Parts: sequence; structure tokens; C-alpha cells
Amino acid sequence: MDPKLFDVDGADIAWCPGCGDFSILKTIKETLAEMEISPQELVFVSGIGQAGKLPHYIKANVFNGLHGRSLPASTAIKAVNPELIVINVSGDGCTYGEGGNHFIHNIRRNPDITNIVHNNMVYGLTKGQASPTSQRDFNTPLQIEGVALEPFNPLAIAIALNASFVARAFSGDPKEMKEILKKSINHKGYALIDIFQPCVTFNKVNTFQWFKNNTYYLDESHDPYNREEAFKRSIETGKYPLGIFYINNDNKTFNESLTSYKTDQSPLYQRDLNMDRLKKLIASKI
Amino acid sequence: MTIDSSRKDVSIVLCGEAGQGIQTVETILFKAIKKSGYNVFSTKEYMSRVRGGENSTEIRVSSKRVFSYVDRIDILLSLSKGAVSHLKNRITSDTLIMGDEMHLKSLSDDEYDLLQIPLFEMAKEMGGAIFSNVIAAGVIACILKVPKTIFESIIREIFLRKGEEIVKKDTDAGMKGYEIGKELVDSGRIDIDIEKNPDILEELLLDGTEAVGLGCIAGGCKFMASYPMTPSTPLQVFIAANSENFDIVFEQAEDEIAAINMAIGGFYAGARSMVATSGSGFALMEEAVGLSGMIETPVVVYIGQRPGPAVGLPTRTSQEDLNLALYSGPGEFPRIIFAPGNFEDAFYLSQKAFNLADHYQTPVFILSDQYFADIFYNQPKFDLDGLEVEKHIIKTNSDYKRYEITSNGISPRGIPGFGDGLVVIDSDEHDEEGHLTEDLDIRTEMVDKRLRKLKEIEMEAVAPELVGNSEYNTLIIGWGSTYGPIKEALDNLNKDDTSFLYYKQLYPLHNSTLKSLNKAEKTIIFENNAQGQFADFIRLKTGVKIDKKVLKYNGMPFSVEEVEKNLKEFWRDK
Repeated sequence: MDPKLFDVDGADIAWCPGCGDFSILKTIKETLAEMEISPQELVFVSGIGQAGKLPHYIKANVFNGLHGRSLPASTAIKAVNPELIVINVSGDGCTYGEGGNHFIHNIRRNPDITNIVHNNMVYGLTKGQASPTSQRDFNTPLQIEGVALEPFNPLAIAIALNASFVARAFSGDPKEMKEILKKSINHKGYALIDIFQPCVTFNKVNTFQWFKNNTYYLDESHDPYNREEAFKRSIETGKYPLGIFYINNDNKTFNESLTSYKTDQSPLYQRDLNMDRLKKLIASKI
Repeated sequence: MTIDSSRKDVSIVLCGEAGQGIQTVETILFKAIKKSGYNVFSTKEYMSRVRGGENSTEIRVSSKRVFSYVDRIDILLSLSKGAVSHLKNRITSDTLIMGDEMHLKSLSDDEYDLLQIPLFEMAKEMGGAIFSNVIAAGVIACILKVPKTIFESIIREIFLRKGEEIVKKDTDAGMKGYEIGKELVDSGRIDIDIEKNPDILEELLLDGTEAVGLGCIAGGCKFMASYPMTPSTPLQVFIAANSENFDIVFEQAEDEIAAINMAIGGFYAGARSMVATSGSGFALMEEAVGLSGMIETPVVVYIGQRPGPAVGLPTRTSQEDLNLALYSGPGEFPRIIFAPGNFEDAFYLSQKAFNLADHYQTPVFILSDQYFADIFYNQPKFDLDGLEVEKHIIKTNSDYKRYEITSNGISPRGIPGFGDGLVVIDSDEHDEEGHLTEDLDIRTEMVDKRLRKLKEIEMEAVAPELVGNSEYNTLIIGWGSTYGPIKEALDNLNKDDTSFLYYKQLYPLHNSTLKSLNKAEKTIIFENNAQGQFADFIRLKTGVKIDKKVLKYNGMPFSVEEVEKNLKEFWRDK
């Protein structure tokens, strides 16, 4: 398939020139094209923020909902129509800040969706305040003495909760990002891909060069099925590992635990109300 | 004393501590009473605790259909020491207080009509204190003239899952109760004469929650996400219990915010979806009510009201959240608010809520409350003829635009994966395709489009029901669960010049309202809140100030007597 199939005619892209989001957008389109996924079977779900706008620049079904609330919507969309491929995409503020509780519980719930998180360690759309992943001492107009809070570690949290698939990519390396994206979309269960990306306007610390200098890839010696090892790697600082940290195929997906799909895999919209059963249920109250 | 049998209506109250098994007595009795062909009604009031405290259940048995709470207690079965003091305001010299000596010994015979039964001693002989409940149930069943065979069959039905031995012991305990009851009847101390009606055997016996729940299923509900909160939890339990049989996905969300965003996601992908919550929980959902309005992806919201603000009185009743539902969510968009006051309306309006939500693509509310959710009564079977899960979803073409501007404001709704088109929705202001826009002309067009739907919704509003003559001097207004006590009070008082206008759809307000109010010389409203929220809303919409607001907000429902008293005063004063 031609990635151009996913282009939206006349899209007025709101990102700054040089933003890491462009590379993520382009790589997602290429990934989908290579995987032969059609726009019709695809739903992009997002919240609010610069990353949350990404679905508007991809030809697909789109649910651009509320700030922080995209994961519940994604879960339900997949739960009522298992035939759809659901990709949740939003930023670090939306996913880890406003939506932190949903992030935690959706890992536990394990819906079969892919969760791409653009992580630039700063708030872009609201112009440069700290994000949950901002590093300590990062100065902003609101954190005037520098960030005093411990940075949120999404990978460590996900592995601690025995998530199904946990990875980190870098927007500056589209080739590796594509490989990780393919694996995450193919993965059955909840897949988290945290993507490091520079914010060229509001983050003068964690720049393209900074990410380049401060990351390295997990090599073949890393066993992604070893949870303890994965956790160890996820809490490394200084130089941040990239790649697939952890895979857990043991847990049922959310849909696999639903009674509605015990014997029938069809989407719920195709199922009519069973009037005989309703009559019986009413009669049971006699 | 003897119960006034001419009234053909007896009110029995069971009172004891939480965790003591009152519910078992209650279940045995109201099932046995209904099965005997009597009209039955029950309501409960309870504390927010798992053990201890004082909880009570009122069971009315009557020759006519009754569906409301009365203050009057004809027979009190006291299963705890504190029962009498808990209910002291409702106990009169006509109340027969039945109970174990242990609980009644501190009470004076001069002040109360006491009937001491050695319930615990007998129960111990039979194998444990727990049997005292069934003995008591037997006494009451006997004096209500419930046939022994029916009583036995109910005992069997309820205890069968615990094994034959337990069934036998409970049956023996029940029969012991029957013997005591027979002595009371034979001695002439109690004479209850309620008429039976064989038609009742074919009727349903259910509670307000189930009436709503059956309506939701009949409305094609396919998805519910919720967070437990009294008094909405029973509806969540009902839907979860029936999920497998009706292809429903039920999920307990991590919080109310997740719940409603899930429900909206579910509706987006083609499953009729709902949430159930109460005031504070709904407050958390408010942002997403705006989302539903903006993205024109519906959601059905069931609010079981209880007294607030904040946590308030968790297990009590109120009608305080009309304003919350009415004004929830930022911005302007259409909505629909139902407030059923009887089981028939609860069923049909809940069913209709899903069709309207799907058709108008906007939030629809079902307002209930603790009292309504928990009452039980016998109800003629719901007629399913003509009920339909309307199909409003279209198969999309490749040039599909989710927010196509139309004359009535309704854009045909596609869902992802059904057709060649793409379904794009955005919580930002958006263009016809669904992509975000900051074009201010499109903004105006979109607001107008969304609000055009309200015009259609107004035309389809459910008319209030006039109880009584179409010509009247005095008009009583009520909504939701006050229907029962107001109707019964009016029936009892038999006043031709007074009618009752019962609102079951609160928003949009039916356009007959002004005319109905203008016909009356005097108007009076009953509401379970402190400010008269519906009265104020009526004034806002019609300019008419209702003459008298009778407001109750202590957490208890209006009793029939209370409505009667207020009406008498109102007639006298005018």
C-alpha cells in the first residue's frame, strides 16, 4: 500500500517546523501501509494536546475526545467492535497527567489496543509548562525554581502492573520506530509505545541532540519476557534504553474476558435485541 | 386492639439492625403476599453501614393498588432494641408492636400495644437465632391469611440453594410462626381482611431499579460502564447480571470519568451505551456530557438521586440533582431529561431514552432516586408490542461527512467499520467532516445545527399526565417519584376540583405547561429538595410562579399522609 493513502487532503498542520511529531506521523503512515491496514478498519483515538491532533492528519476513523480520556474511549470502541484496529495516540501530559488513572487501569484491563505516547517532557499546546515526564530542575514559567517532582516513569509503572507490551522509541530514528510500531500493532493486548521526541519551541534542554546522546538500544541480550530484567532497564537514567522492554502474553485481553464474545465474535452493533429472552426475563418477575 | 379492617389496607414495618436478616423476612413476605393474590408494596429506609444501626422496611398489603409510602404503622415487627425509638414518630396507640421479650421489655404496656413472642427462645430450640426471622415471617403471613402451601413454596424457593436440611428447618420455623399467628387471629386480637384479586397472580413483582433496567435492555442497551455508588449500584448489578443473555458489555470503570468516556466511545462504535451513577459521581461525568453534546455521540445517563452536596446522605432519597442534570456540561447543546414516577413509565421511558439518544445524538437522562429505585410493587406485565429498537445507524459512503449540515440539525450517523466512509469526530469545534476548525463562521453554523435538534426534541416531548378532572381549580404539580404519594393522597381526599399534573419529562418542558397552569386558580408543587428546582424551572420557562412549594429534604420521601395534610392546609388557606 502507498502511505499517501493515509494523507488528509488540505490538512492544516498545527505543529511547529522541526517538531518530532512530523516524523512520528510519517512513520505511522508508512507502518500502516506496510501492514496493509485500510483506513476503514482503523480508529485513531486521541485526547488533547499537540500529539492529540495527529489523527486529524491521518485518513482513518477518528475519535478525538477529551483531555486525558482517550484510553477509556479506545477500550470501549474495541470492546463493542473487535474487528476494528484501535490506535490511541496522545502526549505525555494527556496520557500520564490528566489521564493517569486511566493509564494505570487500562494496563490492568489489557484491551487489545496500541497506545502511542508522544513524550517530549514538556507541555506544548499550553506553551511550555512542566509535564509529568519533565526532568527535575527543568525551568518553566510555572516551575520557576525548576521542577521539584520526581519524573513519571511510564515504562516502570507499566512493567510493575505486568503490562502486555512495553516499548520506547525515538522520533529521530524512524526505522526502529517502525519496527516497534509493527510489533505493537500486531501484539494481542495492550501495547504501550512511549516515543521520545524533541519539542523545538518549549524544551531547550531535551533537544534532538540530547535524546541522541542520552539514549541507546537494548541489545539482543535483553530478554523481553523477563519482567525483573525489564523493570531494571526501565528505571535506568542517565542513558535511557530504547526498544522493546517487556512482553507478557499470559494475560487475557479485555475482550477475551467478556461474556459477549464467548461464542460470537461479531461486533455488538450487528446483534439485535433478543425479544424472546426479554419476554422470559420479564416473565421471571411474576 | 384490632386492626381497622374496613380500611382494607395494612402497613407492616419490619425494623432491625443491618446484617440481621430483615431482608430475608421482607423477601419471603412480599413474595408470599403477592402470590396469594394481594396487592403489595414495599419501601425501605436504611443507614449507610453494613452492620448495626436501625433499618426498616414497610410492607403494605391492600385491596386496591398501592404504590407509595405511608407514615402509618399498623404492625411493627421489632427485631432490635432500638426499633421502637427509631420509629417513635410513626408509632401510635394503634400500632401493634410485635417482637421478642428481649427487645420489648423496656417498653411500657400503658404506652404501647405490645405483643411479646419468645422468638429467640423458639429459634434456639430449632437450631439457632437466625430462625427467629422466619418464625416472625410465619406469624405475619398467617395473620395476612397467606395460605400455608404458598408460604412453604416461597421458603423452598428462597432457601433451596442452601440445601434440603435448611429448607426443612426454615419450613418448621415458618410453621411455628403460623401457629402463633393462628392463636392471635382466633383470640380476635387481630382481624385483617384484605380482598384478593386473582389477576395479581399474573402480574410482575419488581422494584423501580428493575423497571428501569428492563426498559434499558428493551431499548437495546449494549454497553454499560459505571462506578458503584448508592443508589445507582442496583441498576449496575441488574445490567451486569443480564449482560451475557443480551450481548451487553458491562465494565466497572476505575472512576466515573472513565465510565462515561467509555460509554460515549461505545456509542461511537455502534453500541447503545449508558452509565449509572448518583449526584457526586455524575458531577465527575459532567465534562463528558459536554463531549457527548459536542461530538453528537449520545449517551444515556441514569442518575439515582440522593441528598447532597458531596457525599450527603448516601442511603437516603432526594430530587436535588435536576439542576445538575439540566445545566451539566460546558457550552450549549440539546439534552433530554426523563423522571419516571411509576414502573410503567420507568420501563417505557427508559426504552425510549435509547431510541431518542440514538436519533438525536445527544445525552438523555433518566432521573430516579433512592426511594424510587428501592420500592417494590405488583405491576401489570409490560406490553412489548410496538416496542422497537429503532435503527438510526447508516452505512457510510466514501464521501461521508459525519457533521453534514441538515435542515433539522440531525446528521446521519455512521460508525467506524460499517461502509466505505470514515467517521471523524472531534471535541474541538469541527467542520462537516469532523476535523477541528477555528473558522468562526463554521462555528456559528455548527452551534445552530446542534441547537436545531432541540426544536425537534421539543415537538416530541412527552406530555405531563393529568390525574383527575380536566377542569380544576387547584393544580398539584409533581415529578418523578412523588407521583405515588400525590396520586394516592388525591384519591383518598376525593376532591373533584383538584387535579394533579405529573411530569415525567422535565426537559424540554412540554409546551402545554403554561396553558395547564393558567387554567388553575391555585397551584402547589411537591418536591424532595430545598429550593423547588422544578418550580423555578417552570417559572423560568413560563413566567408562572407556583403558589406554594412543599419541599422536603430530610432524605425521606413524602408520605401519603404528609401530602394529604399539606393539601388540606392549602385548600383551607386559599
